[in-house]
Amino acid sequence: MIPLEVLFQILGTTVLASPAVLLAVLGLSSLINRPLSETAIARLTQGAVLCALLPAIVILAIMLGTGIRHVPIELGNWVMLPEEQFHFHLKFVFDRLSIPFLMLSCVLCGVVGAFTRRYLHREEGYGRFFLYYAMFFCGMVLSSLASTIEALFVGWEMVGLSSALLVAYFHDRTNPVRNGQRVWSIYRLSDAAFLIAAITMHHLTGRGDFGGLMSSGIWPEGTAAMTSSQALMVGSLLLVAAAGKSALFPFSGWLPRAMEGPTPSSAIFYGALSVHLGAFLLLRLSPIIEASLTLRLMVLSLGIVSAVCGGIMSRVQNDVKVSLAYASLTQVGIIVVEIGLGLKYLALVHIMGHASLRTMQLLRAPTLLRDYSDLENKIGTRLPRDTWVGAGFLPPGVQRWCYRFGFERGFMDIALDKWVVQPFVRFFRWCDSVERRATDALSSEASRESDQAELHPEDFKSAA
Amino acid sequence: MSELHFPWIEISILVPLLGAVWIQLLGERENLLRHAIAICSLTLVLTIGELIDFVSIGSFEARDHWLLLDWLFNRDIFVVDELSAFQLPLVALIFLVTVMSTLRTKAPRFSLKLTLVSECLMLATFSCRSSWMLIALLIVSTVPPYLELRKRGRCTRIYVLHMALSAALLPIGYGWLSAVDQTGSAILIPGALLTAAALIRSGIFPFHLWMTDLFEKATFGTAILFSTPLVGAYAVMRLVLPIAPSWALQSIAVLSLVTAVYAGSMALIQREARRMFCFLFLSQSALVLAGLELVTPIGLTGALCLWLSVGLSLTGFGITLRCIEARISRVALADYHGLYRQMPMLAGFFLLTGLAAIGFPATVGFVGMELLIEGAVDVYPFVGTMVVIAAALCGITVLSAYFRIFTGHPTRTLVPMHARPAERIAVLVLTVLILGGGLVPQPGVASRYHAAKELTRLRESPKG
Repeated sequence: MIPLEVLFQILGTTVLASPAVLLAVLGLSSLINRPLSETAIARLTQGAVLCALLPAIVILAIMLGTGIRHVPIELGNWVMLPEEQFHFHLKFVFDRLSIPFLMLSCVLCGVVGAFTRRYLHREEGYGRFFLYYAMFFCGMVLSSLASTIEALFVGWEMVGLSSALLVAYFHDRTNPVRNGQRVWSIYRLSDAAFLIAAITMHHLTGRGDFGGLMSSGIWPEGTAAMTSSQALMVGSLLLVAAAGKSALFPFSGWLPRAMEGPTPSSAIFYGALSVHLGAFLLLRLSPIIEASLTLRLMVLSLGIVSAVCGGIMSRVQNDVKVSLAYASLTQVGIIVVEIGLGLKYLALVHIMGHASLRTMQLLRAPTLLRDYSDLENKIGTRLPRDTWVGAGFLPPGVQRWCYRFGFERGFMDIALDKWVVQPFVRFFRWCDSVERRATDALSSEASRESDQAELHPEDFKSAA
Repeated sequence: MSELHFPWIEISILVPLLGAVWIQLLGERENLLRHAIAICSLTLVLTIGELIDFVSIGSFEARDHWLLLDWLFNRDIFVVDELSAFQLPLVALIFLVTVMSTLRTKAPRFSLKLTLVSECLMLATFSCRSSWMLIALLIVSTVPPYLELRKRGRCTRIYVLHMALSAALLPIGYGWLSAVDQTGSAILIPGALLTAAALIRSGIFPFHLWMTDLFEKATFGTAILFSTPLVGAYAVMRLVLPIAPSWALQSIAVLSLVTAVYAGSMALIQREARRMFCFLFLSQSALVLAGLELVTPIGLTGALCLWLSVGLSLTGFGITLRCIEARISRVALADYHGLYRQMPMLAGFFLLTGLAAIGFPATVGFVGMELLIEGAVDVYPFVGTMVVIAAALCGITVLSAYFRIFTGHPTRTLVPMHARPAERIAVLVLTVLILGGGLVPQPGVASRYHAAKELTRLRESPKG
């Protein structure tokens, strides 16, 4: 008879290893330029999802049967400098928060994997899609099960990179690529906030272990092992990280842009999983939120503002995927409000229900439009549309403003461009011109050969 | 002092020097590149032999077994220690992969003789501890790029001005230092002179113009070879670190952090790939320097880890750009080139090396960056976060460059764009090291930590 701890360790390691193996196989075949067949990729993907999901179900069953609520999986220290108290602890946990989120990730990734097999059949980028998918899946499993802030950060980064690359999946068109770059830029800034929060947490508590951070109890119980002002400082940084990842106010601008990617990736990432990762982070670190009233009010305000903005913006979009994306934002805003109010189980159930519904809606969206079109052709008129009666009670000026606010996507991208991006670019272009003047003055010739670089030298029909 | 079992150091220095003579004797031949690759490979094998021998001895420092140049120099001139033991194979590897990735059509522009002489000088520099010999080598190693600039008929004023200033400060500072009591405040002025010389050589703001100028005017290969081994950082380690007080070094670290953020920002707005690479490299090398100047074991460990990672990853990133440049000439970043379809392997490698440079999880730079952030925040809780900001800016730059070069509407060229076998080998060797070092970081980190502790101990011992 295998002891229960050993069984948990084997099953837990299998859950963690299967997406990593999938990523390694697809990554290696891509790097050495030996692409796998579509069937092989699909089977590998299905196998990896099943190898992650089935052991997780077994662990859940054992936990329910035995009443165990907390199963840690110790993989040792990845890096350790004992004298400096620096540990990169590979510790994962199966608990009431991680198991539902892990299963949700596995089920939705499995569904989308199966859907994509046909959706991208014979597409040139089939292998590339599944490589990014594997990275995303691996990132989601790591994030869901992470028991230390460092492990969570690793998963968080993998999700971010795969998301940006998937938005830019259609390489030949510049719009998706620009949008991918935008998503990545927002993610990098939110990742920076996350990293600073992690380091600060290390300094305050001496460890990045969630168990140590929450001094007593396991999720959802536990109180933060830090003072109110410390919680406010760390929590504010984590809130920025969560806002960036979940497209909350004022970072919502990337969400409609992310819909430029293929429908399966939009469904799985921006409609279902990726967009909830910020909320998951807040749930995981909810004891910190509870330690500071100011932080709690900030969480509530952020949730309310995001939900209201998402509600307004989703109503005036003329693209079904974008409209669904903003509808997602509304729900995520409400989930954040629930977290701010301390309704953790409700928030978790809300995440699961909303992610499943939104995946279904986004996968159905392209065919639904065709069905509607067929229906309208057959009945010879437009289908009746629901209108929100509440809007009629608003003064016309407010209605017009709301429409413009929604249509311009809350002016968020415009504001970021005007107040952040443009001043940044202007200032450093000015620095560049100063450098040019200095080097020109010092040289006896024009100092920059790069000025003569042709825009498209690859267009030449002759050898370089 | 312990002794190696074979004269690895001196032979590894002599092989490229004799190789340069051999190439000269061969004259103009088609297979010169193969000869150069063989010479660089032999040098790499010798430096790896030195590393294995040194590790097996288990001592902090060791000198050569049989001193070939004993009749000419002092016995302890060429000494390997825990710092340089890893740098020597890194330098040899950088030279090998750069020569391997040189297209035969570009060999006439990229002087193999000067490259081998540079390799000899670089290896000799990294085998030298604080001494007049090191000062002489630091000065002489600036000559090969100067000769290339002259040969290409380009203005050398900016390069000469900076290098001459650095070359003048080095002997003055070192001579002054030798003449004063090294335990009192009398070392401050000579220490400042040596620091200024090392900072100029490292391209720290505002003394970075020579580096952008070199990247503009020299061949890309020469610029990579002259900059990526981080000779300036080595000068800081050998000449400044042992004597400068902690407060002075930590003040200079702020300047390095400012350079990291400035160069990261400048990289983001560049419109040509070579300049972008130059600023990206400046940002990363400034981070290494900042870590060295923190003078805490954890900061030093981070810097030493990052040093290896920057050497590997940015050399890989640079040679990928160079491969593209060799085929289509300078790459403008103002538009999309759509090269993915024609060179998927190089695209993957470009992304991998770029991500490794910014410390993405599971690559060689990740743990080094984490340690560096930890060390910087330890010393400067707020200013230290500039490391995170610099890394975020570099991350945005890397993906932006990837998108600009590899995505967009593809254009079929008549030039073969796929990677040649030699390029593939270079790419795969670096990939294995980048991923291997990232997935199994503990041995490397432990060895760098030990080196950092020993260096800190040696720094403190004369005063104690």
